[in-house]
Amino acid sequence: MGIIEAKKLIFEYIRRDEEGNVEGITRAVDEVDLDIRQGDFIAILGHNGSGKSTLAKHLNAILYPTEGTVWVDGKDTMDEAYLWDIRQTAGMVFQNPDNQIIGQVVEEDVGFGPENMGVPTKEIWERVEESLKAVGMYKYRKHSPNKLSGGQKQRVSIAGVIAMHPKCIILDEPTAMLDPNGRKEVIRAVRALNQAEDITVVLITHYMEEIIHADRALVMDKGHVAMQGTPREIFSQVEKLKELRLDVPQVTLLAYELKKSGLPLPDGILTCEELAEALQSV
Amino acid sequence: MLRDITLGQYYQADSVIHRLDPRVKLAATVLFIVSLFIVDNFIGYIIAAVFLACMVKISDVPFRYMVKGMKSIVFLLVIAVIFNLFLTPGEAVLSFWKLTITKEGIRIAVMMAIRLVFLIIGSSLMTLTTTPNNLTDGMEKMMSPLKIFHVPVHEVAMMMSIALRFIPILLEETDKIMKAQIARGADFESGNLIKKAKAMVPLLVPLFISAFRRANDLAMAMEARCYRGGEHRTKMKPLVYHRRDRIGYVVIFAYLAACVYFGRILNLSFLNI
Repeated sequence: MGIIEAKKLIFEYIRRDEEGNVEGITRAVDEVDLDIRQGDFIAILGHNGSGKSTLAKHLNAILYPTEGTVWVDGKDTMDEAYLWDIRQTAGMVFQNPDNQIIGQVVEEDVGFGPENMGVPTKEIWERVEESLKAVGMYKYRKHSPNKLSGGQKQRVSIAGVIAMHPKCIILDEPTAMLDPNGRKEVIRAVRALNQAEDITVVLITHYMEEIIHADRALVMDKGHVAMQGTPREIFSQVEKLKELRLDVPQVTLLAYELKKSGLPLPDGILTCEELAEALQSV
Repeated sequence: MLRDITLGQYYQADSVIHRLDPRVKLAATVLFIVSLFIVDNFIGYIIAAVFLACMVKISDVPFRYMVKGMKSIVFLLVIAVIFNLFLTPGEAVLSFWKLTITKEGIRIAVMMAIRLVFLIIGSSLMTLTTTPNNLTDGMEKMMSPLKIFHVPVHEVAMMMSIALRFIPILLEETDKIMKAQIARGADFESGNLIKKAKAMVPLLVPLFISAFRRANDLAMAMEARCYRGGEHRTKMKPLVYHRRDRIGYVVIFAYLAACVYFGRILNLSFLNI
């Protein structure tokens, strides 16, 4: 069994009018099956309202399934007894960096998770140091988070999660509010964690460039998993992605258009170098 | 304009005052405020001024940071001074139209102004040198005996520390909304008081909505990081008294004693001040 597994996961938002009568039911996640192994880098894609964030919130027991089951590290998220174990195993980074930093000083914020877990003081300091170093923010440990850039704040948030020693990190559109530089910083930090520390990463995003390095990508649409496979497999289906209202990286799009107009190029080109190589061999 | 409020803004430095235990600073601030109201003559205020000046100097916080905090109370200060100046009965010094300035009035007004200014500087000094987390830690520890009476000390402390952290963020947001509304023709400047108050509605409504959204996000983020109240919680920076903290207590009590002695007990009426 993988680190995260979901079976026929269904989640419904119930809208109520002022008297509390049910007005309508929106199915945000519809029969999703997941199987994520330890050490994987999984990307979940989808346009706004595709249910990807709702799905993410199930993975550390912030939301509970209406039907179906989610297991994190073999534990059912519906079981109250495991609630804190699950939240520690699967850490979560949210979209808005300002709304998830609790401390007034970087190191205090990173220490917040371990404090809640009841880790002894000395070990908290070790964990804070090690996790700030892991995201390259150690020299900012005494700074106020308000004075950091968006990318730096998001790296602090990631450090705050790593300090809890999770097996898995779920990042819910961590780069949506950042500029291109900040985005690169964050993705680089996440990749490093995945490779060096073997932490499972579930990255939810709508920036296609960010999923290039993922082991596997899922595309969600209207609560369903619409596509699944390696990034290369996903990007080779440009037409389908367009149908799902997703952008394709510029290089991939260029290669696709060139191929359509007659050049013999392979499917699913992801980087500039690949395209250059492919063009030379033509 | 909105960013001028220094209360609740930490100034990063590494002075003795910064390193003091927050409980010492809390006690010192309370005692300092008490001293301002005990003192009854100008010798006492000179002592307070010297004490405060020393503390500001040791703290390494530029003085302008404290003055910045003062701008926000100018209005209050002016009102307090005017009321005391004109409404205190006593020996008339100057009189025009229906108003009389009395000697006692001048004395009380000046004292009031000094008290308010010192009070703001004193408490800003505490918030500028103590991180809000540290501050609430101190309060939590000082008030922990109240837990016996089921006072939610930890929860209140946590709420305060979060409120303090969000002050600058919400101020920034207010600025942003204000600019957005001005760009669409909103007028916050002209008109009488009622009109101005009404003009605040398009500012406050979006601000409240955004604050609630932030609160919701933050609550979720805290839960995701295993926050479950004060039980089973350990401290990254547990509060332990050091030698400097004991010295701090000695200094503040010595100051208070000096204030009580020179500012109250010692009869200086022969100086006629």
